[in-house]
Amino acid sequence: MMLMPFNGRMTEQDQSVPTTNGSEPPLTDLLTAVATSRDRTAFSALFAYFAPRIKAYLLRTGCEAGAAEEIAQEVMITVWRRAETFDASQASASTWVFTIARNKRIDAFRRNRRPEYDPDDPALVPAESISADNRIEVDQAAKRLRAAMNDLPPEQRELLRMAYFDDQPHSAIAEASNLPLGTVKSRIRLALTKLRKGLKEEEE
Amino acid sequence: MTRKMPNGIASLPAHRVPTHHLSEELLLDYAAGSCGEAEALIIATHLALCPDCRAVVEACDAVGGALLDEIAPTAVGAGSLEAVLARLDDVTSAVETSPFVAPRGHEDIVVPEPLRSYLATDLKDVAWKPVMRGLDEAAVPICTSPAKSRLMRIGAGVAVPRHTHHGSEMTLVLSGGFSDNRGHFVRGDIAVSDPEVEHRPVADADEDCICFVVTDAPLKLTGPIGRLLNPFVRF
Repeated sequence: MMLMPFNGRMTEQDQSVPTTNGSEPPLTDLLTAVATSRDRTAFSALFAYFAPRIKAYLLRTGCEAGAAEEIAQEVMITVWRRAETFDASQASASTWVFTIARNKRIDAFRRNRRPEYDPDDPALVPAESISADNRIEVDQAAKRLRAAMNDLPPEQRELLRMAYFDDQPHSAIAEASNLPLGTVKSRIRLALTKLRKGLKEEEE
Repeated sequence: MTRKMPNGIASLPAHRVPTHHLSEELLLDYAAGSCGEAEALIIATHLALCPDCRAVVEACDAVGGALLDEIAPTAVGAGSLEAVLARLDDVTSAVETSPFVAPRGHEDIVVPEPLRSYLATDLKDVAWKPVMRGLDEAAVPICTSPAKSRLMRIGAGVAVPRHTHHGSEMTLVLSGGFSDNRGHFVRGDIAVSDPEVEHRPVADADEDCICFVVTDAPLKLTGPIGRLLNPFVRF
């Protein structure tokens, strides 16, 4: 597979693809249907929602259009294959798909595997207290996270987008945005603190 | 609480949660997928030993999911769905399996994943090369990364010459412990040193200290004798 670096910002944005506004498909149900009954209709609905977003993500991180299309298809095939490993009590469907897309991007783009810990490794140090994970809480946390993201000041939001989409560590973002490294660090830290507070149950 | 270890590694604290962590910015870089393979490897290995940092990474993954939700979608090619649907049958049976198989006597495993797979061995079979008296190292092969990664073994009670760093250095303790002006580091603890940090790590007196170290630039020895050795410091 030939991967060409994509220079410059992505400009083409197809208007015919609907964005989400409240009427999101029940992604967790669809994913569960794929896992339990190999439901192709459910998979097609997941594809309609995720494939254009994965492609947009890949383009934004610097993939050339043909490669973005190809990797987006690979990601969706992995979603089909690994649907059984999705655990709705641990993460939202979008979070799970994001991690697959991110890893495929690293595999393809950098030609290396992404090193990850193995949750079943006997050497793993387990968490002392298991947080009360269940699907409803994960759904609610995802909603709170989105709300917290909407509340972020624009400059923190933009830095987060750069951190996730520009394939640059925070130190390189400082250079690209002409901000002192300390400012980038403290803005990222501030943004994360707010978002993590949003993710947790309302403590206030 | 410690348990006896075979092959010269004296003891291993059982499931101690580390006290020296990674910064949120580095954990975010890891979740976003923007650090190099060597950095990702040492971060992921620390995560295996640190439930606190895992929780931060899970939150960062969730931020990634939320950003994916709100990104302006780009239309995929006509026939893209059909092409994928046509390929589903080929792969339905080929469910990916985890490469990990728990070896016998796995309670003795010192090196957690993913580092263990890179070493292709546990610590007892590592081929050490002497660097100086009381200090050995072994390269960890990572072909795609410009950063240098290696295991270091500091003899019990040995002091590493005082040095600063041209770039950044991450040190993850796998067994034993060391101290420097920032505190005491034991298994699972990670120390991140930038050019401002000047330190002289000293291994604990009672056992060898084994660390996984990733550096993106050579060390700079700053002691009176160390300065003379600088031309010989291998990156």
